[in-house]
Amino acid sequence: MLSVRDLGVAFGAVQPLSGVSFAVGKGETLGIVGESGSGKSLTAMSVMGLLPLSGGRITGGKVEFDGQDLTKLSERAYRKLRGGRIGLITQNPMTSLDPLKKIGPQVDDVAKLHMGLSEQAARARTEEILGTLRIPEPALICERYPHQMSGGMKQRIVIAMALAADPDVLIADEPTTALDVTVQAQIIRLLDDLVKERDLALVLITHDMSVVAQTCDKVVVMYAGRAVEHGPVETIFDRPRHPYTQALIACIPRGLDEATRLTGIEGTVPTVVNYPSGCPFHPRCPRAEAICATDPPGFSVEGDSAAACHFAEVADAQPA
Amino acid sequence: MILRYTFQRLLMLIPVSFSISVVIFMIVYLLPGDPIDNLLRVGSSPEDRAELVAQYGLDRNLVVQYFVWIGNMFQGEFGQAIVLRRPVADLVAQNLPYSLTLGGLAFLFSSTVGMTLGTISAIVRHPVLDRFMRGFILLGSTVPGFWLALLLILFFSVNLGWFPVSGAGGWKSLVLPVLTIGFGGVALVARVTRVALLDAQREDFVTLLHAKGLSSRTILFRHLMPHALLPVVTILALRIGWILGGAVTVEFVFGRPGLGSLLIRALGQRDYPVVQACLLMLALAVMLGTLIGDVAQASMDPRIRERKA
Repeated sequence: MLSVRDLGVAFGAVQPLSGVSFAVGKGETLGIVGESGSGKSLTAMSVMGLLPLSGGRITGGKVEFDGQDLTKLSERAYRKLRGGRIGLITQNPMTSLDPLKKIGPQVDDVAKLHMGLSEQAARARTEEILGTLRIPEPALICERYPHQMSGGMKQRIVIAMALAADPDVLIADEPTTALDVTVQAQIIRLLDDLVKERDLALVLITHDMSVVAQTCDKVVVMYAGRAVEHGPVETIFDRPRHPYTQALIACIPRGLDEATRLTGIEGTVPTVVNYPSGCPFHPRCPRAEAICATDPPGFSVEGDSAAACHFAEVADAQPA
Repeated sequence: MILRYTFQRLLMLIPVSFSISVVIFMIVYLLPGDPIDNLLRVGSSPEDRAELVAQYGLDRNLVVQYFVWIGNMFQGEFGQAIVLRRPVADLVAQNLPYSLTLGGLAFLFSSTVGMTLGTISAIVRHPVLDRFMRGFILLGSTVPGFWLALLLILFFSVNLGWFPVSGAGGWKSLVLPVLTIGFGGVALVARVTRVALLDAQREDFVTLLHAKGLSSRTILFRHLMPHALLPVVTILALRIGWILGGAVTVEFVFGRPGLGSLLIRALGQRDYPVVQACLLMLALAVMLGTLIGDVAQASMDPRIRERKA
């Protein structure tokens, strides 16, 4: 349905994103994981064709949707896809709705724009969708303003907006990060159900490995603007071959007993202006050797999965 | 909702007006000089003077004078001009229309032109235009009205002869005063509009508006503009009072009748009742402007409507 190949993004002279590839099909959920600043949101913006808003541009690669290369699409044609066939769910529901407009019209817009519905028909559709998202009393909610609703409720509204025109692809950029833990679980379950019911292709961007384990079919692990490992979720979790993926999985909190302490990854994510040479992860990597600082690793393919590490073949062995 | 908000705001004006009336009353008495001196003929005796002072009630206790004054105000009785020897109400009624016309036109000019320029400079982010706008805004906010008035008169009236130098006859005599008063407003409104639009563009929800597939133009007019208008309305509302106040010197320079001219003349002659009435009118305009601004904002922003006034 949607496939991204070797995507590169630049802002002026800096290149925060390069060599990102993934593909997602109908009824499938692809997870993109990584710490903050690894280029996850940038990938989402590139697919939506919204990079120019923040002054960025695509420098290479392809974004293919339904057989056409979106990077060559005119703005006018792109507008038909946005909201129409590709829906976006953003990170912070508290600020993603226009505070001066009622909920109803903000959702109605999508069906009016992409399905040519009249005012009344669009409102009927809005209320129906709000209903399917388990929002009580949709008619009443339509007359409310965003500030009168809770974060979880607003995120449902945002999801309703993304779904209003029956899109094929949904891109959810950290849809639960700003929400309470209990609400997070509800929203994740909701998205999961939607994928199954509507046969959607979902790109779920998150920094939470446990969310990926619960919901995704495939996963792309990103670090410092690059994809470092990708493959089916089972494979990646069973046998992660990139040290960064291994570290991320080790960070998932397990149980409450004293023995399992919370773990983190030493060091911090490099910023765009000082991406390390060679393998971007080498300064924080427990098994890094001289070659890692000089040569960028290629992908070592094994079955459906691939890892960009010089030592991917011997991933199971403990570093010397 | 909006009615209740308006009512709350109106209630708040009561203590404000009371304090303003005290200040206006006191300021006039703190001024050096005395209107009676202007009335006395050369060679009058101290007895003549005392008689006049008593006639206008100026010999009574200040507090008593204040309450007499404010009581009269409530009855719409502005009193008698001491030097001009006419009812103050007449003087105000005669001059007010001129000020309102001038102020109204200047307000219209600065809001429409200012908002247009601000919007253009926010959308067309061209470096040359940017620099021009910044220079214009700096000039507009710093050049004093009376000086600009003199320059305009010199250029358009004296050298080119397009507009009359002074007076209040016909639309031609309005052009230069309106430009003078409006200029600063144009710059201010343009700056606020520009900044507000740029700020609005950076809001999170704008990304989602684009993601819905709306065109940039729709987003600008339906979503960004209302946001940008919020601060602009506040500025414009404050401007209502400022324009009337700012007109004081400009009216004088252009030799136009109006509250400003009346105020300056009355000040020169220490004509207390006239000065008080003029100041009260200006204060009223400022308060009304603020009220209108608050109510306009509340009608646009549901969050303000719900906040307790």
